[in-house]
Amino acid sequence: MSTTTERAFAAAVAAAALLVGCASPQRAESTGSDGAQGYGFGQPATAADLARFYSSLPDGRDLPGGSGTVAQGKVLYEAQCVACHGDNLQGGLGDRLIGGRGTLVNADPSKAPVKTVESYWPYATTLFDYIKRAMPLTAPDSLSNDEVYALCAYILSRADVVGAGATLDAKSLAAVRMPNRDGFIPDPRPENFPPVAQSPHENKAIAPPK
Amino acid sequence: MKHDDFPDDAGSGVGRDRRRFIAGGLGLAGAAASLPLAGHAAVAPGAIERPVPDDPAKAPGYPLEDESYGARSQFETEVRQRYKTATPLSSWTFTPLQDSLGIVTPSGLFFERSHAGTAVIDPRRHTLYVHGLVARPRKYSMRDVRRFPSISRLLFLECSGNGLTEWSKPTLPTVQGTHGLTSTAEWTGVPLSTVLDEVGVRSNARWLLAEGGDGAAMTRSIPMEKAMKDCILAYGQNGEALRPEQGYPLRLLVPGFEGNMNIKWLRRLEVSDAPFMTREETSKYTDIRPDGKAVQFSFEMEAKSVITSPSGGMQLEAPGFHEITGLAWSGRGTIRRVDVSVDGGSSWREAALQQPVLPICHTRFRMPWRWDGKTAAVLQSRCVDDTGYVQPTLGQVIALRGLNGPLGSIYHLNAIQSWQVGRDGKVINVHHY
Repeated sequence: MSTTTERAFAAAVAAAALLVGCASPQRAESTGSDGAQGYGFGQPATAADLARFYSSLPDGRDLPGGSGTVAQGKVLYEAQCVACHGDNLQGGLGDRLIGGRGTLVNADPSKAPVKTVESYWPYATTLFDYIKRAMPLTAPDSLSNDEVYALCAYILSRADVVGAGATLDAKSLAAVRMPNRDGFIPDPRPENFPPVAQSPHENKAIAPPK
Repeated sequence: MKHDDFPDDAGSGVGRDRRRFIAGGLGLAGAAASLPLAGHAAVAPGAIERPVPDDPAKAPGYPLEDESYGARSQFETEVRQRYKTATPLSSWTFTPLQDSLGIVTPSGLFFERSHAGTAVIDPRRHTLYVHGLVARPRKYSMRDVRRFPSISRLLFLECSGNGLTEWSKPTLPTVQGTHGLTSTAEWTGVPLSTVLDEVGVRSNARWLLAEGGDGAAMTRSIPMEKAMKDCILAYGQNGEALRPEQGYPLRLLVPGFEGNMNIKWLRRLEVSDAPFMTREETSKYTDIRPDGKAVQFSFEMEAKSVITSPSGGMQLEAPGFHEITGLAWSGRGTIRRVDVSVDGGSSWREAALQQPVLPICHTRFRMPWRWDGKTAAVLQSRCVDDTGYVQPTLGQVIALRGLNGPLGSIYHLNAIQSWQVGRDGKVINVHHY
């Protein structure tokens, strides 16, 4: 995928952070202590210690093994997700998951952009990561890797991002290109604001307290 | 509202005459239903009801206990108020800034934002793992963490969603609702750089993932420069261990950065060469603009101030002297100046800053004011930090970032707040810019 763009963006963000005062010149190139003069507290963290944790990068590094199909995901969704996210993935107690493409550019003051997995999320790997660690709300970290891949496949198929016959695994999930992949920009703040308006805007829409 | 059961009556003998106003409750409008009243409880949370003698000087008080923790006065009623999100498992509560004194937020009134409830963690079973692009991955018990040299620092924390209801129109009536997602505490812990030096960060490290041990396993990517600069692995808050809702037994402090990056219930730090693009830094906590592009990694909480008294929902009892006071803060540094206007921004006077004035910390400002009781007034405060940044008007913010429809723009609203004092002395939330 566009690893180069991704790294350039990350570098730009890091550089911006540096410019706004996050830099510590003595620390910027820290390679750590040599250990000889350290405190020595704690214990080595072994591969076995770390096996229960999971975080992948958007290029797919560290995505776990396993796979799941759209059909498997549909069954799981209806059992585990439908109560909060709705039978049409329209949301409820939980976020709306699909739809909203074309609403992000918004000139209508009466409508807000519809931000869903389909319309807004830049990386499919984030969907795996979030379901794996935090869903379902009442039983987080309870789904197997196969089940999470299947749920990703089902949600992304309903979002018309993958086909109805899709099977997702580490390789194919990382290869998914989300519709809003290029929808994010680095922080432009601090901004140069326009002059303060001369004729005040007043909006006393609130009722005074009784 | 919450004081209706507590008349501002000197005869009640509770010393409330320092309060020149009767504060209103939060009274959320519209979909955010109104908040429960404390009215029917015997006493407010955090207090113990005791008999009140006619003359406390004519009898001994209640005896000192052999062991105690302490409770506030039964006559004090301020409480955090929860915004009525669909589930109390992912929700937030506001600090009652209208009652705030000085700069430190009492731990029991420090605002909350949690994504899967408040985790209950036994510190004897809690472990912090540090791994990834490091020479020596390690794990630390809480006893290990507390052995490192410690530091203490007063820092504000602000949710980047503070004020999210206030973009399009004045919505929540009190400063608790409009600004109550900021609080200040003295934090104690270990400089993160100490632990990162200990594990030996590799030269290609650029980002650090911080992960909570709660049900949300909340994660954010933090630039390594920031991690090495001034972040703190905090276990202390206002002189004691963290409160559970603040991440007991261990949280990350990322000074000046948006609240959600200050990961609570911290269990894991993973060093990487790229950001992880977690849900909380892509689908949430990003700032969409009218052209459809969204600003990502908008870390700093920019300079902001608000008058906490008089503020929305209060009632000026009488013309005459009233002290205008409030809070100012900046995630980029130290507050240098606060100006106050009583005429909606036509003219400004410099307010006095209460010492201490500290970087990345609430700063208390004050200005004497004489209200004539005949004309309405619009009170505003405007702060400047030591980078020279001037707090913008709402009009200036909207001109650049847009409203993007109702609740389209959400995060990082740091505009000047307006409170209108009517001829009847009622103070209400207004837009005036």
